[in-house]
Amino acid sequence: MRALWLFPLAVLLLTACEREKREFRPPQMSGETDEEITLSSISAGSSPPTQRTSGKGQEYEDNAYHISQGQKLYHWFNCNGCHANGGGDSGPALMDDRWIYGGSIENIVQTIREGRPNGMPSFRGKIPDDQIWEIAAYVRSMGRYTPKTASPGRRDAMSPGPAEQRRPPAEMHQGGMIPPSAQMPQ
Amino acid sequence: MRVRPFLIVPIALALSGCTGWQSALDPHGPHADALSRLFWIFLAILGTIWTATILMLLLALRRRRAPDADPLMTRPGTERRMTIVVSCAVALTVMTVMSLAVVSYGAQRVLFAHRDGPLTLLVTGQQFWWKVQYEDASPARTFTTANEIHIPVGEKVLIKLEAGDVIHSFWVPSLNGKMDAIPGRQNEIEIQADRPGIYRGQCAEFCGWQHAHMGLIIVAESRQDFERWRDGQIAAARAPDDPEAQKGMEVFMTKPCIMCHEIRGTSAGGKVAPDLTHVGSRQYIGAGTLPTTRGNIAAWIIDPQRIKPGVHMPLIQLAPEEIQPLAIYLESLK
Repeated sequence: MRALWLFPLAVLLLTACEREKREFRPPQMSGETDEEITLSSISAGSSPPTQRTSGKGQEYEDNAYHISQGQKLYHWFNCNGCHANGGGDSGPALMDDRWIYGGSIENIVQTIREGRPNGMPSFRGKIPDDQIWEIAAYVRSMGRYTPKTASPGRRDAMSPGPAEQRRPPAEMHQGGMIPPSAQMPQ
Repeated sequence: MRVRPFLIVPIALALSGCTGWQSALDPHGPHADALSRLFWIFLAILGTIWTATILMLLLALRRRRAPDADPLMTRPGTERRMTIVVSCAVALTVMTVMSLAVVSYGAQRVLFAHRDGPLTLLVTGQQFWWKVQYEDASPARTFTTANEIHIPVGEKVLIKLEAGDVIHSFWVPSLNGKMDAIPGRQNEIEIQADRPGIYRGQCAEFCGWQHAHMGLIIVAESRQDFERWRDGQIAAARAPDDPEAQKGMEVFMTKPCIMCHEIRGTSAGGKVAPDLTHVGSRQYIGAGTLPTTRGNIAAWIIDPQRIKPGVHMPLIQLAPEEIQPLAIYLESLK
């Protein structure tokens, strides 16, 4: 009974076992995941459009490690060149609430893979698939669609706005050309 | 004290590591000479003092004296002698510290008296490799390489140090001491090699998982050899004639390699990873990790994470028949 004080210590130590899971070594020869994404919820007839996701998004979208890796890759691959730190330049802004091609991580992955009309190039085969998922996870964190605890902190380089984790959480509005934030109050 | 003869072997083995191409005790330039002289002067003076102190201590411990009747009694003669001895010891200590400070200051004047010389390099520490840019008054004669620095023998070379991500430290023990590379500022260090040869450097500030595999090679050669090497490096990569290498080039340009690496003369222009324009002419790949051979290049491409776990190069999904031509192409980039 003398070692009773060890009990709370053991409990405290065990709480450290609750850690964020992440894959340290991606499989060597995995191809890209098979996502079937629709951009519109409207379809002719009674059946809704089919949508199939691989489930890989859950692994990536709220994972602090993957989001911070995505932040690094976003700058390395010069996404800034068009999207300018998420604020938008010749490409659309990524930190606002408007998603022309959908704001779920699967939508963003498809956008990076396939490219989109009017300028977004296709990065299929140029960026390994896991890295595409990481970049997409980071893009989601720009508008704080990810939890504050997972969003990355301040970068070493000069930053045009507050760090991703310090931005207010966003509300997502799918589709449409006029962002809800730009609509006049009725 | 028990003598432990078995300790002699490991000590001798450890000291034998102090020779060779990466040792501060094997100086090959004026800066390293100054540092090495400083080291030996400090070692001699401080070693002598330590030996003398230990001898005195042993003498004092061995000396026996009849116990006094009253332990609090003082003898004026002994008191005076002790005052003199302690005062002399304090004076000697102050003199030693002062003279060593002067010697050290003299050596540092050699180390830090540098200006823009005929050859300046901008070296940027990255996780986990060294980006080397040769500066020149004419922009057409500037070029970028990685992990291998060639310098002409007997000439001062000014190295400007920057860091791309975290703090690194540039250290070529045979040529000069350490200098930190810090993000957001530029430090300078000068090196000079008096004899032709190959010296190894190492990142000397823990910078991440693969800090120990962040080496670099300094090749000191005659002025003619250096000029020939520099002209070769300035030139863009030639398109390969060999059909196998041509196929490898096609693989490089259509696969993820192109996103990070640059090969001058082609459309590959990535800046986040080592410049591969003349990678086949470098002695090592992976920042001093593996000798440049076709097999090692292939092994590196197949699985960089096994050779350097935590390195920023991801696993690239390539078909087995694409790897051989790619390795042949990269090896041919001389």
